[in-house]
Amino acid sequence: MNPLDRYETLVDDVDAFRAACDRPLPSVVRTNRIKASPVRVRDAFDEAGVAYDPVDWHDGLFRLPDGNPGGNWPHLHGWTHGQEEVSVLPALALDPQPGERVWDACAAPGSKTTQIADAMDDTGTVVANDNNLGRLSALRHNAERLGVTNAIVTNQDARNFSTKPLAFDEFDRALVDAPCSCEGTCRKNPDVLDEWTLDHVHGVAGIQKGILTRAIQATRAGGTVVYSTCTFAPEENEAVLDHALANEACEVVPFDLPLETAPGVTEWEGEEYDESVTRARRVYPHHNDTGGFFCAKLRVGGPDDHAGETEVAR
Amino acid sequence: MSDPDHDLEPDADHEPANDGQRFDRLPATPADREVAGRASREEVLDWWEERFGIGRDFLDGYSFWEKGAGKVWVFNGEADDPSRVEAIGMTFLRTRQEHWKPTTRAVQRFGGHATRNVVELDPERASRFAAGEDQDLPDWDGDWGYLIVAHRIAGGTAPIGVGLYLYDELRSVVPKGSRADLPVVDR
Repeated sequence: MNPLDRYETLVDDVDAFRAACDRPLPSVVRTNRIKASPVRVRDAFDEAGVAYDPVDWHDGLFRLPDGNPGGNWPHLHGWTHGQEEVSVLPALALDPQPGERVWDACAAPGSKTTQIADAMDDTGTVVANDNNLGRLSALRHNAERLGVTNAIVTNQDARNFSTKPLAFDEFDRALVDAPCSCEGTCRKNPDVLDEWTLDHVHGVAGIQKGILTRAIQATRAGGTVVYSTCTFAPEENEAVLDHALANEACEVVPFDLPLETAPGVTEWEGEEYDESVTRARRVYPHHNDTGGFFCAKLRVGGPDDHAGETEVAR
Repeated sequence: MSDPDHDLEPDADHEPANDGQRFDRLPATPADREVAGRASREEVLDWWEERFGIGRDFLDGYSFWEKGAGKVWVFNGEADDPSRVEAIGMTFLRTRQEHWKPTTRAVQRFGGHATRNVVELDPERASRFAAGEDQDLPDWDGDWGYLIVAHRIAGGTAPIGVGLYLYDELRSVVPKGSRADLPVVDR
């Protein structure tokens, strides 16, 4: 069975959805502002004759119609990083600020960690964790290539993450870009559809709930947690949020993304979810000609607890 | 070259030793040194200033850590005792050898502030350097040893990596995994 069949009841235009999922994705690079401005990257592409198209919703992104994102001077200098367009969204939602303490719970291979470091002007501390040591070496390579100096890399199970190696015991913000069934990446890697099983969806949903729970617990009251996946499966998206809402002091908050999205769903295969999950954003491939994605922003602490929102000067 | 003098401290049974598996903060000055052979923060800052003219203005906000035999890391965040983490900031400098060697990535990150020992290559030479080729460079009249190798790109100069200059030859020490065959871009 093609798992995309399951989601036809969720999308507005089934034919456009299926057609978009069948098209390959262009190569995209993100400007690393730690080392260069988008203008300088563009100038370097111009003088080398590298074809590129701007992305209208983000001035640091360039589509490379001829592919080969690593075969040019800006890449060698660490001015650019190959990163799918939708993969830029969770760090935009997280909106980390210079000087903060940020946790990237499932960080490898580091696209989002390095984007977070960039947004923090390479100041403060971003803790990049992953349970897979092999993938951490890719993260370290990327962080060094991009010149990130504010990252600490840890190798823990995020569900039981210990802050003991750190100089602090809670974060201002946390990103849970969770391991998932990855159907949203089918335009890049069609094999994910062949390898998909419902058992895996249910299994990974348990892991996702554990990681999101730990992220909420490790973030200060008033802080922000972003939960994202590259799957359309409500079991891995809204159901995970619903579980967190029922068990932890947090709320799903509205936020803006700079492209077309659909709201989270409140019903799926006989299950009902908290109404506030509609504040989560679903990104379907046919809406913006991207991969598929899911992103939610949570505020930690109960509805009456706004005490922690005052910025602490460090 | 401006290699600091590494005083060998007397052996003692309880002398702290360098543990290659953990991160330890560099001592502030040589007088604060407890682990034999470990570079101090002052020596590291002096080295970048003397070798490349990169002053404390640019590096004073960072902390420096040793893991492995002489590998120094540069970090800009908060850390107390990160001894067992996988990485802290980025690799910066190789010490515990006669001539200290900056990393390619450190040179790319901080080398733009250098005022000396920077060799600027023309487009053809820059491509050969990035590919890992050694090349004759008889015209260089600066210091021997590790240099910052740069080229012109997009309206400015940008460091590519580290070269080792010896006997009229510039050796590329760009690590294998970071080399690239890039087109010659005439500017």
